[in-house]
Amino acid sequence: MEVTRRDFLKIAGASTIVGILGGWSAVEVLAPGELEQQHLPKPGALTAKRWAMVVDMKKMDEATMKACIDACHRAHNVPDIDDPKSTVKWIWLEPFEHAFPYRHHEHVADSLREMRFLVFCNHCNNPPCVRVCPTQATWKREDGIVMMDEHRCIGCRYCMAACPYGSRNYNWTDPRPFIKKRNPDYPTRSGGVVEKCNFCVERLAEGLMPACVEASKGALIFGDLADPASEVKNILNSHYTIRRKLNLGTEPSVFYMV
Amino acid sequence: MFVLSAIGTLAYLVQRFSGEEITGLSRDVSWGLFIANYTFFVGVAASAVMVVLPYYAHDYKAFGRIAVFGEFLAVAAIAIAGLFIFVDVGQPLRSFNLLLHPTPGSPLFWNTIILPVYMLLNLLIAWSILGAESKSVPPPGWIKPLIYISIPWAISIHTVTAFVYAGLPGRAFWNTAILAPRFLVSAFASGPALLIVMCVLIKRFTGLDPGKKALDQLGVIVLYSMILNLFFIVLEFFSAFYSSIPAHTHTLQYLFFGLEGREALVPWIWTSVGLAVAGTLLLAVPGVRRDYTLLAAACIIVFSSLWIDKGLCLVVAGFIPSPMAIITEYAPSLFEVIIAIGVWAAGFLMLTVLYKIAISVKEELAG
Repeated sequence: MEVTRRDFLKIAGASTIVGILGGWSAVEVLAPGELEQQHLPKPGALTAKRWAMVVDMKKMDEATMKACIDACHRAHNVPDIDDPKSTVKWIWLEPFEHAFPYRHHEHVADSLREMRFLVFCNHCNNPPCVRVCPTQATWKREDGIVMMDEHRCIGCRYCMAACPYGSRNYNWTDPRPFIKKRNPDYPTRSGGVVEKCNFCVERLAEGLMPACVEASKGALIFGDLADPASEVKNILNSHYTIRRKLNLGTEPSVFYMV
Repeated sequence: MFVLSAIGTLAYLVQRFSGEEITGLSRDVSWGLFIANYTFFVGVAASAVMVVLPYYAHDYKAFGRIAVFGEFLAVAAIAIAGLFIFVDVGQPLRSFNLLLHPTPGSPLFWNTIILPVYMLLNLLIAWSILGAESKSVPPPGWIKPLIYISIPWAISIHTVTAFVYAGLPGRAFWNTAILAPRFLVSAFASGPALLIVMCVLIKRFTGLDPGKKALDQLGVIVLYSMILNLFFIVLEFFSAFYSSIPAHTHTLQYLFFGLEGREALVPWIWTSVGLAVAGTLLLAVPGVRRDYTLLAAACIIVFSSLWIDKGLCLVVAGFIPSPMAIITEYAPSLFEVIIAIGVWAAGFLMLTVLYKIAISVKEELAG
């Protein structure tokens, strides 16, 4: 059978269109992420208009803080990488001068200077990381939690440049071999994506407080900033608290009581 | 060129399969050589407008013989910039997420859209003008509006690239309104400088003369762009050090003088400054601009200076000190350097092919 040039082009064109449409729908149907993201609220789930955390440094000691870190990193399969260049950490300790760089000065009280602070994602009300992400792999939920979809993330690391708190981690290598004891209830990540603290959305959905709060013996207080009767709101009303780099307008949801 | 890009590809495959820990990047300095080169080459691409604008909009005839070379240089530069992004991201196969989930709020999304369009515009313009020339007919009418669109488009691609950096709240070094103008003037120096070097090479190897007047004029463009560029850097210094706000001075201090005893970039930036001053002074001499060899030498000096400044220091230094006020330094690993050379080689391979086509058309007309 003779195929004319015209016919050939027709067939080629049509199959290209079909191929593109087929590929597109396959992507739509098979794309991971959408379903996993929908933590359908169960009866008993903890909900809020804007989640916030108070870190009560008067009740904190190094052992408690280490317990908080352990609880979080075990719950979320955070790899244990020693190399500071490629380390991944959702919650960790920083001395005053690093946690509050432009608040630190030569006359700061010795007690503060020597104190180490628990730091983690601030779940900003006005998050720069969300603004810059070119694929909406990171976004703010209605309850204020800044989420991360590691399946959609292309690993461009723009969010890491945008975050003024150094709260974001890139998996410079496959993190799985570095997970000490795998928690089967929480997914692991692949290399080449960004991850960070998620305020334990998976636990809130089950009616549980975040893992670090549970391990903190009352030194971490978690609640709804929009609820005037909540404990966090009461503390903020009756105590002087500070937030990290407030001058940048990111409106952090983590408050420190010192 | 082909061999170099093949070696670069192999190095990239190693990075792909063994993880990006083989780069010199870190949690604190999360962008390095690749993103800096992407930034630099978007600038080179944008600078085609320095030939296109005088020639097409102001009918500056002297640029007639080099306009096509400028446009082809833009095409290859965009290819290089795109490749640098591709080798940098952790999940390149998910690149289509950029289009599947369009995010108008992100400058990177805009770059994804406008860079390929700019590449296409230049390819189309150069191709149809060259085609018309080879058939000795006037260029088609529909190309005119595309040429006029390409002019503001060139400005926009590098402005958006500057916005990638200038809008970040925690990075005072980049968070300056003058970043986009700085990007543009340094691009208008580095791009035409490269174009001059290319034209001199073409003259040497094929005898095709770009015209003394055209290269002299391009040299003047490089000269004034360099002067503006240096002036803008002085402005940055004034704002930072006269106000002496720590967040604004720290990175400049680190980059130019070292901070807390850490000074990896200091020799680089002073080399860049030295070359910039030398290149600018050379170009200011009319005799230098009219001698092809001297002109090319001055342009190589300028290009090297700007590459060190923008293709390395400007992006890396922005991450130092870190948001935690910690100084983590960066040096590209051997793998990064090999991959970068591979990307350069691929781009120049493309440029060679495009130039070959242009030269054969022009030679046919002449001969």
